Amino acid sequence: MNNSIATWMHKRQKVRLLALLAAPGLWLVVAYLGALGALLVTAFFTIDNFTGDTIPGFNLGNFHDMVSDPAYRNVMFRTLGIALSVTLICSAIAIPMAFFMAKVAKPRNQKFLVALVLTPLWASYLVKIYAWRSMLEPGTGVIDWLLSPLGIHSPGFGGPAIIIGLSYLWLPYMILPIYAGLERLPNSLLDASGDLGARNFYTFRKVVLPLIFPSLVAGSMFTFSLSLGDYITAQIIGGKLQMLGNVVYQNFSINLPFAATIATIPITIMALYLWLVRRTGALASL
Amino acid sequence: MRNARLLSQIAVASAVAIILAGCSSSTTSSTTAAKSSPPKIDAMKSLGAGEGQVNIVAWGGYVESGANDPKVNWVSDFEKSTGCKVNVKVGSTSDEMVALMKTGQYDVVSASGDASLRLIYGGDVAPVNTSLIPNYADVFPGLKDQAWNSVDGVAYGVPHGRGANLLVYNTDIVKPAPTSWGSVFDANSPYKGKITAYDSAIYIADAALYLMKSQPSLGIKYPYALDQKQFDAAVALLKVQKPLIGEYWSDYLKHVASLKSGGTVLGTTWQANINLALSEGVKVNGIKPVEGSTGWSDTWMISSKAKNPNCGYMWMDHIISPSANAAVAEWFGEAPSNAKACDMTADKNFCTTFHAADAAYWTDVYYWNTATETCLDGRTDVKCVPYSEWVKAWSSLRNA
Repeated sequence: MNNSIATWMHKRQKVRLLALLAAPGLWLVVAYLGALGALLVTAFFTIDNFTGDTIPGFNLGNFHDMVSDPAYRNVMFRTLGIALSVTLICSAIAIPMAFFMAKVAKPRNQKFLVALVLTPLWASYLVKIYAWRSMLEPGTGVIDWLLSPLGIHSPGFGGPAIIIGLSYLWLPYMILPIYAGLERLPNSLLDASGDLGARNFYTFRKVVLPLIFPSLVAGSMFTFSLSLGDYITAQIIGGKLQMLGNVVYQNFSINLPFAATIATIPITIMALYLWLVRRTGALASL
Repeated sequence: MRNARLLSQIAVASAVAIILAGCSSSTTSSTTAAKSSPPKIDAMKSLGAGEGQVNIVAWGGYVESGANDPKVNWVSDFEKSTGCKVNVKVGSTSDEMVALMKTGQYDVVSASGDASLRLIYGGDVAPVNTSLIPNYADVFPGLKDQAWNSVDGVAYGVPHGRGANLLVYNTDIVKPAPTSWGSVFDANSPYKGKITAYDSAIYIADAALYLMKSQPSLGIKYPYALDQKQFDAAVALLKVQKPLIGEYWSDYLKHVASLKSGGTVLGTTWQANINLALSEGVKVNGIKPVEGSTGWSDTWMISSKAKNPNCGYMWMDHIISPSANAAVAEWFGEAPSNAKACDMTADKNFCTTFHAADAAYWTDVYYWNTATETCLDGRTDVKCVPYSEWVKAWSSLRNA
């Protein structure tokens, strides 16, 4: 019986393909795009002011509220700024680190270094952020203690703290793709550039950077999108500062349609970002 | 690339289908008028045999079976004596609890005042036949038949416990000691950047309470019944307060840590937090300011779709029994609702600290309530701002 199905399938390539892709395809369309679609549709619903029940319908009121209130514009730009800063800081730290790991360290140490970069991922997200909370504590934290001889104080809780915390959290996601990109970069190219008289920085700018650009983009997609959606870090070390995720969190249980409306902002930003990335052609050469 | 296009076409098609589905059901209702009475649901007539289990939605710390601390257990003996197995789902906010109860999968809930009316008018909970709950007789009279647990004299639940939101200050730093909520709203406060406030839309009521006493011309009678003008005044006051705030708190452990480190020296808190801070050696004091304060009073309610109503009633009776009520109150840090519970607490001063039996203490405590379009203070000439607008105003304020 099994044999005959196999024989039958063997002759029909399209059926085989369909059977193979049915499960992941269904998952993609129903669970993923379906949920996203439901979210977008909910943004047009309204709620019963008293019981909080959602009332299906087509209403642009939520979008009007979102656009007309400058607070949501502020939080959008603030979140965007934080996500961009985190991405820049992560790349600035990750490029030299990955370069050292891939090109300078002895080959037998490379795997060990990769493991070291991964170790922070073994600890819980919350533990790490609470650790940052006690480190950043103004007056009593270890950062204040370290910096006070220099006359500098801990930034305390707020925007800078969020950027530091998120950069710390997402750094491994930036290092790994760049490391992988650099590993594929033949040493001979660097030697050739040096032989032709290029200085180190010139080699980096003209040879290394263009070749690892796709990896950098891959890493930035992680750091940027993860920062854009985060709300727990802001809750713990953000002081009174909020990000887009916090606004969604604040609203979702009592006013789901409005939370869905706010959620369209990061979706739009991510779509624009991916579109820009596609235009650079970096996705094709990943 | 061809596959990518196919995928995006499928995506568009499914999105369109969902939108169409959404639109087709849009004819059912337009705008809902303010409801004057809750849906008619009958209370249980008589108690039957237990169903073998009960599904509970509760605040963390309200249903302890010894899992967190072996000594803290008021579930096991209930399970043994009634044969009802207790399944608990901890709700972290009032809004989440309302959402959970709407699923109809739970039998009882410990609802705070900012959730109870929503549940009652939403038809999610049933009236309670208090004659089936023997321990109800011992509940403090000041907690029975209140605006957040009954409608037109019909009880919708049994009172569990209560607490006031206090003004906490660091006794070493804040001198002279504050006596008024004005100290957290003073734009020229010397403690700027070290003041805290509760991070929820319900905190708008704290500003309204202060205005009620400091600006009588606004005519605020009840902090949860604000017309647009009064509401705007309260939000404006919170905008004045915002630069003074170091951190808003909702996680009590973070809040106590901040009191300990000196990051917070003045602000709103709960008695339980003060006790925790004192036990860690922080020099703080908590007072109920001259204006009175906001507070909470929780109510055990039974679902209108309860599958285990008998076990649900047995649980409601058990949880307000003197011993269980005393145990919860001490573990959670609130005033018990059962008058006899005060004899059962481990700390003999517990009820005094929490003013459990002190009726006069509670007269100017305004328990959390759900603001509705129909003004809760009885005014009929104006519309009040409903709670969903409070939430929007709060998130707008936090991000301005």
